[in-house]
Order: sequence, then C-alpha cells, then structure tokens
Amino acid sequence: MSDTAVATDHHYTATGLPTWKVGFWTFMGSECLFFASLISTYMVYKGASTTGPFPADVLNIPLTSISTFVLLMSSTAMVLALDGVQRGKKRLATFWLAMVIMLGGTFLGFQVYEFNHFVHEGLTISQNVFGSTFFVLTGFHGAHVTVGVIWLTVLFIMSLRGKLEPADALKVEIAGLYWHFVDIVWIVIFTLIYLLQ
Amino acid sequence: MSAHDNGIWSWITTVDHKRIGVMYFVAALVFFVIAGVEALMIRIQLWRPENDFISAATYSQMFTMHGTTMIFLVAMPMAVAFFNLIIPLQIGARDVAFPRLNALSFWTFLFGGIFLNSSFLFGAAPNTSWVAYANLTSIQFSPGHNVDFWVLGLSILGISSIMGGVNFITTIIQLRAPGMKLMRMPLFTWMTFVTSFILVTALPVFAVALILLAFDRFFGANFYEPNAGGDPILWQHLFWIFGHPEVYILILPSFGVISDVIPTFSRKPLFGYPIVVYAGIMIGFLGWGVWSHHMFTTGLGPIADAFFVASTMIIAIPTAVKIFNWIATMWGGQIRFTTAMLYSIGLLAIFTLGGLSGIMHAAAPIDLQQHDTHFVVAHFHYVVAGGVMMGLFAGLYYWFPKITGRLMDERLGRINFWTYFVGFNLTFFPMHISGMFGMPRRTWTYAAELNIALPNMLSTIGAFIFALSALILVYTIIKSAISGEPAGPNPWNASTLEWSIPSPPPHYNFAEIPTVRSREPLWREDERREIEAVTLKVPDVEPVMPNSSYMPILLAFGVALTWGLVMTGKWWAPLIGLAYVGVCILMWAFEDPFAKKGA
Repeated sequence: MSDTAVATDHHYTATGLPTWKVGFWTFMGSECLFFASLISTYMVYKGASTTGPFPADVLNIPLTSISTFVLLMSSTAMVLALDGVQRGKKRLATFWLAMVIMLGGTFLGFQVYEFNHFVHEGLTISQNVFGSTFFVLTGFHGAHVTVGVIWLTVLFIMSLRGKLEPADALKVEIAGLYWHFVDIVWIVIFTLIYLLQ
Repeated sequence: MSAHDNGIWSWITTVDHKRIGVMYFVAALVFFVIAGVEALMIRIQLWRPENDFISAATYSQMFTMHGTTMIFLVAMPMAVAFFNLIIPLQIGARDVAFPRLNALSFWTFLFGGIFLNSSFLFGAAPNTSWVAYANLTSIQFSPGHNVDFWVLGLSILGISSIMGGVNFITTIIQLRAPGMKLMRMPLFTWMTFVTSFILVTALPVFAVALILLAFDRFFGANFYEPNAGGDPILWQHLFWIFGHPEVYILILPSFGVISDVIPTFSRKPLFGYPIVVYAGIMIGFLGWGVWSHHMFTTGLGPIADAFFVASTMIIAIPTAVKIFNWIATMWGGQIRFTTAMLYSIGLLAIFTLGGLSGIMHAAAPIDLQQHDTHFVVAHFHYVVAGGVMMGLFAGLYYWFPKITGRLMDERLGRINFWTYFVGFNLTFFPMHISGMFGMPRRTWTYAAELNIALPNMLSTIGAFIFALSALILVYTIIKSAISGEPAGPNPWNASTLEWSIPSPPPHYNFAEIPTVRSREPLWREDERREIEAVTLKVPDVEPVMPNSSYMPILLAFGVALTWGLVMTGKWWAPLIGLAYVGVCILMWAFEDPFAKKGA
C-alpha cells in the first residue's frame, strides 16, 4: 500500500488528485463487474435447482439480518477510524480500527457458522445449482471481507505502534473505500438472496 | 537506481516502463513464432483432402493453442508493449503511475503464458478451442488436464491484464504534462485509454466465467451441468460479454497506432481529430452491446436476434468514420511510403474487407449459413491478422528508432511488408470460398467431394509465404537493433511529444517536464524550440527514479504457483500458495521504492 506513485514533480498530478486514489477507484470499477457477473449468475439460476435443499429450506433471515447489521456498523467504525487518523487522535483511531476488525471478524464468524450449518442440512456446492451459486457468490464476498480484515489488521498494528500520522490518512482512506465497497456489495447480496426469495 | 547497469538481474528487477515494454515485446514475438508453427501444422494437415499428417486429437490442440496464444499471448501483450514503451513518453511522464505494479503485470503475463504452454510437456495441451464452450469442457467430456491448463492459465493472464488496465488509466489521468489536456492527447494515448477501460471492465466478467468453470471441474459445482439445472449457454453469454469487447481491446490500440502514423507520413494533422476520438469511445461503448451475435445459432428468439443484428450493424458506423478520417488525412498530403506507412495503409485496406464480411454475418439469417465455417475464419483473420497485427507492426517500424536509437532497415521492411501482404491474402482469401462451400471450422480434414481442395492448397501455400515474412521480420529486428543507422531524436519529423527527447530516451525520459500548448507541439516552430530546450538538455542532477525491486517477480511466481496448486485437486494445496502471496504482498507494502541504496 505504499507504492509511491511516480509524480512528475514531487506530488504534481494533472488532476490534483492523489494517484493512489484514482488507481483504487479504477480497480473498484473492475470489482463491480466481477460481483455483477457473480450476482447475475445467481439471479439467472434462481429456481433452477432440480433437487433440494431449496433456499426457503435453509436460509435464516433473522440470523443473517444480525450479521448484516454487524457488517453495516463496521462501516461506521471505519469512518470514525479514518476521522481519528486524519485529526491525529491516535488512540481513538486505534480503538475504532480494532472495532472494524472485530465487527468484520464477527460477520465472518456468522458466515462460517452458516456455511457449516448448510452443509449439515445437505446443501453443498455440488448438491444443486442453488448450492453452487450460493457458496461461490457469498464465498467470494467472504474472501473479500477476509482480505479487508487482514489489511485493517496491518493498519491496526501500525496504529498501535504510533506509526499512523495524519500524513498517512490516505492509506486508511483507501482501505476504507475498499471496506465500504465490500459492505455495499453485501447489501445487494442480502437483498437479492435473502429478502427476495 | 543502477540505470546504466545492463546485467540480467537489472532486467529481472527493473521497474522502468521502457525495459518492461521491451520484455513484453520480445515475449510476444516468441509466442508469435510458437503460434505460427501451430498454424503451419494446421495448414499442412489441410493441404489435401483426407490428409493424415496429424491426428484429429493433435489438430484440436493446434487450433486451440493457436487461437489462445495469438489473442492472449501475442496480440494483447504486443499492444501492451507499446502502451509501456510509448504512453509515458507521449504524455510527458517519467514512468507509469505504479512502476512495480507494471513489472508485476509483465511477470504475471509471462508466467501465465509459460503455464499455458507447459501443457505441451504433459501431452495435455488445451483442445476445446479458444472459446471452450461448455459442456464440452466438463469433467465428463474432457477428463484430462487439458482444460485445467486452459482455465487456470487464462485466469493468471486475466489478472495481469486487469492490473495493466488500472495502471494505464491512472497514468493517463494523472501523469499528463502541464497543458496536455485530454483533447490534446495523441490518438494512440486516447485509444490506450479506451482500451484500458475495456480491459478493467471486460476481464472480470471473463474471470467469473473461468471461476465457475474451475469450480465445476475442481470442486464439483453445477454451473454448466444440465442434469443439475445448470445451463451451458450461460458460459457462452459470459464468454462473449467479455469476448466481444475483447475484439475491441485488440483492434483499438492498432487504430491508435495508425492514427499517429498516417498524419506523420502525410505531413498533415489528423483529419477530424475530435471525431476520431469520439468514434473510438463510441466503439468502446457499443462493443458491450453486441455479444450475442456470436450466438445466433443457439436460438435466442426473434426479439433478441433483431436487437443484436441492429446493434452489430450500428457499430460499423463509428468504425467507418475512422476509416474515412484516415483517408481524408492522406488526401492531399505529402505521403512518404515508409514501412510503417505501408502497414498502416495495409490495415486500412484489409480491416475494411474484414469489416465488410463482418457486416455480412451480422445479419442473423446469413450467419446461420456461415456459422462455424471457414468463412468466419476468413473474416476474423482479416480483422485480427490483417487489422490488428498490421497496426502493431506499423507501430514497431514507427517507434523502433525511438526505443533503440536505431532506424529499422527500410529495404528489408518493404520486403517484410509485401511478403506479409501477399502471404496473408493468399492464406485467408480462399477461406471465404472454402467456407461458402461448407467447410466446417475445427475439423481436422475434409472429403474430396466437397471440391475445396484448391482453395485449401492455396491457403497452405499462402501460410508458408506468411511464415517467411515472419522470419524476415525477426531477422530485420535483430539486424536493425545491432547495426541500424542512428536515428536521432525525431527521424520522421513527427509531431508528438515522444519525439522531443533523445533516442533511446534516458531512463528518466524527460530531464524537465515540458509544457504543451497544442495538439501537434513539434509542428509549431516556436513551441518545438521551447519544448526541446528542456527535453534535449542534460540535467545537472538526474531526476530521482524508483529503485528496482525483486518483489514483482516473486509475487508473480506466487500467483502462478497458487494456480498451479489448484490443479492438485486438494482444497488446501492452493492455500500454501496464498500464504506465500500474502507474505509477498506485505513485503511489497513495506518496501520503500525510493529508499537510498547502501545507507
């Protein structure tokens, strides 16, 4: 995350924006198409399974609503963490970074429980088309959350050792962009898979 | 940075866009020769009816690897070679936005290409054609490792392309010299910009198609499995939603090259510059709405067919606009027929022919006749081997002096071009005829009663002339690199910024970043003098450039390793690779590219 861009003259850029930010937004555009394709696949195959378990048999809306709430709250914590770094409040920043990690980890815990539970109910990746689409879509989302948690853990350790100055806010901001993106994708997934069965 | 160091390690660890560009080009050229040999195997087999030079199984491997290699390991990386070599020079930058990421893109591409071709060593080269339609690719119908190599190799290459796209979009947005407004950018930069957008948006769709296939094959998922409710047509949709924009990923860089070459050798600014730019953007957009014209035979229904017929025909308009603008640029100009110009005019002529046969099978009823015949093979070779490759070779002859400091041999160049032109047409024009007579694609032989022995014989003779041309090209490159005439900063008297600096450029490109005030800065006497005053001087203190790094090649190796471990079929095996990748990313993140050496 510290791939210092080659600015022509110190930090001159044609747009005045930080180069890292432009690059990362571009990458997220790419990610949008990635998840759009996975989500479309899920939608195309909705109701196509020839054998059970079907979505209504296994999906637990109240439980997943809790984990969704947890993930959304982690975005709030992320905003506060960035604010802490920007204003140079190191202890506040460290605390909120820890909160994001904890909430993200909790979400992952729910997902591990859910996957485990589904497998016991007889829903595996090879059981039917629902299983294939469900596990691959939510699995890739979970993998993105995992990457986010590891990334934030690195920032947390840096913050703990007092190495996140206000000048480093961009590092946290970009991690935040990623985290919010992963959150938004989950809102779409939660709506399409769980709420609109 | 040990800039003047030339040892092998300095190349392996380089983050200099010019060196990365050279490596891209050389790698693409090697793969070009490999793909050419595969093409010759195909043509020898089709030399006469009922030939038995190679078996049906080997034939399948040959056309699959020829197509896959030409698209992913030749045309795309050769275009990326020029992005690397030229974009920073054209916009007045010292390097790309993310130099280490750029090196990572290259090594990932190279390892992906090696991974794909290593399948030959296991006698398991991919054999389901470059479109790899489901459910031929299922475990049931393709039990060997052939498809595994294909699906994993291409996903490695996809990662490389997405990283490259991100890098060049960012570079062009951020690193333009003062005064280089968007509508002052050279056309090659513009087309690279549009192409990069298609790369970052189309490749993830392909990635998903490949991931679904990989899950079907390695973890027993049912995405393309009809028995479980899956639909093989989904593969075709995902593949072509990527695959048709991919066609424009291939051709737009070449359009960009000749949009720079034609004005230079006509001594006239490009005719209708904004219209050519808009047409390029238009092609980029419309390219997303035509994918199902590859699928008329799947029975989409009249409404969908009608839509895709119309959208496909509409895309001919911006393409034709470009063609007329190039012609208008040459009109009344002082044309110099250098090899670069010959290749550009060659693209103009041949791509137009390919476009015309494209409009023919844009009409669904005609397509039903032509689908999967050699007529289609003729069409897309006119577009790709005639259009794309000629544009890239125009770029080679045009920019070679800038990068090496030496002119390419024009006499050999002319021989190279004319053998290419004759060999190309002799190979592919007869395929229109054999295709019309009903010769199917991807079939290792044909019956004498089809009356297509003559066009096939001509195609095979043409292929050998074509191959001769490729050898002449390789010889010309090597000879010119060693003993070509010194070029000087601006041998063609061209108008754009890359010609304002010495050839070869110093490792920092621009001693001082010039200010641009027009579209053709070097064609305005006062502006040229102003720019060259800062670009041709030797700076007292060299600009600081990022250090070379081992991380890109180590990380790229990790990516290839992880994908390779997927093939073991053990779910935990790729995790070993992932752990290695994770360590590399951390080391990468904490490496300071500007750290002082030996402190």
